[in-house]
Amino acid sequence: MKLITAVIKPFKLDEVREALVAMGVEGLTVTEAKGFGRQKGHREIYRGAEYAVSFVPKLKIEIAVRAEQADAVIQCITNHARTGQIGDGKIFVTPVEHVVRIRTGETDTNAL
Amino acid sequence: MKWIRRIELGLALSIAAMMTAAASLADVAPDAAPVTPAAAEPAAEAAVALPAHAAALALNSGDTAWMLTSTALVLMMTIPGLALFYGGMVRKKNLLATAAQSFAITALITVLWAVLGYSLAFTNGGDNQSFIGGTDRLFLAGMGNEVAHSLAASIPESVFMTFQMTFAIITPALICGAFADRMKFSTMMVFMAAWVLLVYCPIAHWVWGGVFLGGMGVLDFAGGTVVHLNAGIAGLVCAIVLGKRLGYGQENMSPHNLLYALIGASLLWVGWFGFNAGSAVAANALAGIAMANTQIATAAAALSWMIVEWMIQKKPSVLGMLSGAVAGLVAITPAAGFVEPSGALVIGLVAGAICYAGAVWLKHKLGYDDSLDAFVVHGIGGAVGAILTGVFAVSSVNSLGKGAIDGNPGQIVTQIEGLLVAGIYCAVVTFIILKVLDATMGLRVSPEEEREGLDLTQHGERIQ
Repeated sequence: MKLITAVIKPFKLDEVREALVAMGVEGLTVTEAKGFGRQKGHREIYRGAEYAVSFVPKLKIEIAVRAEQADAVIQCITNHARTGQIGDGKIFVTPVEHVVRIRTGETDTNAL
Repeated sequence: MKWIRRIELGLALSIAAMMTAAASLADVAPDAAPVTPAAAEPAAEAAVALPAHAAALALNSGDTAWMLTSTALVLMMTIPGLALFYGGMVRKKNLLATAAQSFAITALITVLWAVLGYSLAFTNGGDNQSFIGGTDRLFLAGMGNEVAHSLAASIPESVFMTFQMTFAIITPALICGAFADRMKFSTMMVFMAAWVLLVYCPIAHWVWGGVFLGGMGVLDFAGGTVVHLNAGIAGLVCAIVLGKRLGYGQENMSPHNLLYALIGASLLWVGWFGFNAGSAVAANALAGIAMANTQIATAAAALSWMIVEWMIQKKPSVLGMLSGAVAGLVAITPAAGFVEPSGALVIGLVAGAICYAGAVWLKHKLGYDDSLDAFVVHGIGGAVGAILTGVFAVSSVNSLGKGAIDGNPGQIVTQIEGLLVAGIYCAVVTFIILKVLDATMGLRVSPEEEREGLDLTQHGERIQ
């Protein structure tokens, strides 16, 4: 099993979610995050006090999938989250040791 | 030891209650019938002599209705106007505590004013009259009678007293902007009580009591010196004595919620009609021109700050237009009932630009941390307004005021003298009060408390 973590631009969430659901993903978790990469932050000025704000708002999506589904999910996210501008985000894939469905107690691939 | 504290508290309250009862028993008997000032009959059938500051009440219900309304408007300027204005400009961890300062000061100064402050500011102090009033209205004794203050004979003295109370409330609340984010709540309360009695009451007495500064001819329609210069100078002294906030100049201290600040500034703007037009203490043409001048100067200042900032920073900030508006409100305060609207327009344009320069250049050049720019907006704005009152006052608007354009350039000098006297007295006494409190109670919260935030450390609460 794999955990796919995708950091994307916030306005892309609906498009990515619809595409994932259409391809069979049944659940995901979204967190509001902020970050920077090559996309620079911005400048804020309050009565002469200037602040360089490096962080840009992002959304982090986490999806646990069967190993064989991972590539398809990554491709789906990439296609729908891309704008071609700096700041589109990144996807990280990590192995998942164990999964439990809380309501029923089902484990691993039965819980995905 | 808690039970001993309870006994002490009970004892103190009982003494206060007994003193109040004694004061009201020693009250003058109510006047038998309304007496016009011209027909003053000697002792025979008229009840008792009025205290020296008072006058027979020649009730005008239009004036009284307006003054009742003005009082409510000015109170609204502090709660929630200033509470939101300042609250929105601090970091989230200090929002509640900052707003609470305005609220708590309202409660504290109300009681203090009723017990002692009003009497000190607005009664006749006998031998001390040129410096301070007396005890004729201690615990507001005699306030319930049909009597007026000689400054406002057409409204009941109770209305005049409460109206003035709202001014005594907002002045200390303004100072809080200078030491935001770092002062202990307990020390702040003691400081404000001492400051109102030792600084505000005397200066109000000098400017509006017809003695000293007022007697010299200083023109201050609604409190440019009494309220704004006073609060601004005290704020500057506080900012310097308390020192800079942790992380000032390095950390991000941007406003947590500028919408609160906008709501607050809007309440200040609307409420200021009570502040300025209400200072006519009558529902008449003077109130009308004061309201018009207030509106025009405020708008002009908001625009001039906005335009200057737009040119320099390439964007007009919301904080800027709010600050400009407040600077205009401050600057027109001494002038509102003395100048023509054309003068108000100039005052607003000038105040907006000068206060902008003060906030973005002077403050950083001098290196002090006046968190919310109390000195720049109220101190400098008040001074600009006072001086320009000396320029633009015309006797056609108010027979009491003749400025430079009306052939009396000496008024400018008189205005500056008033600023210097009040400013120096305020600075010295504020400094002394702060030093005494620093030695006894401590002024600042600890660095750990400052890091965690005043909401949690001073009040045990937070914004969720």
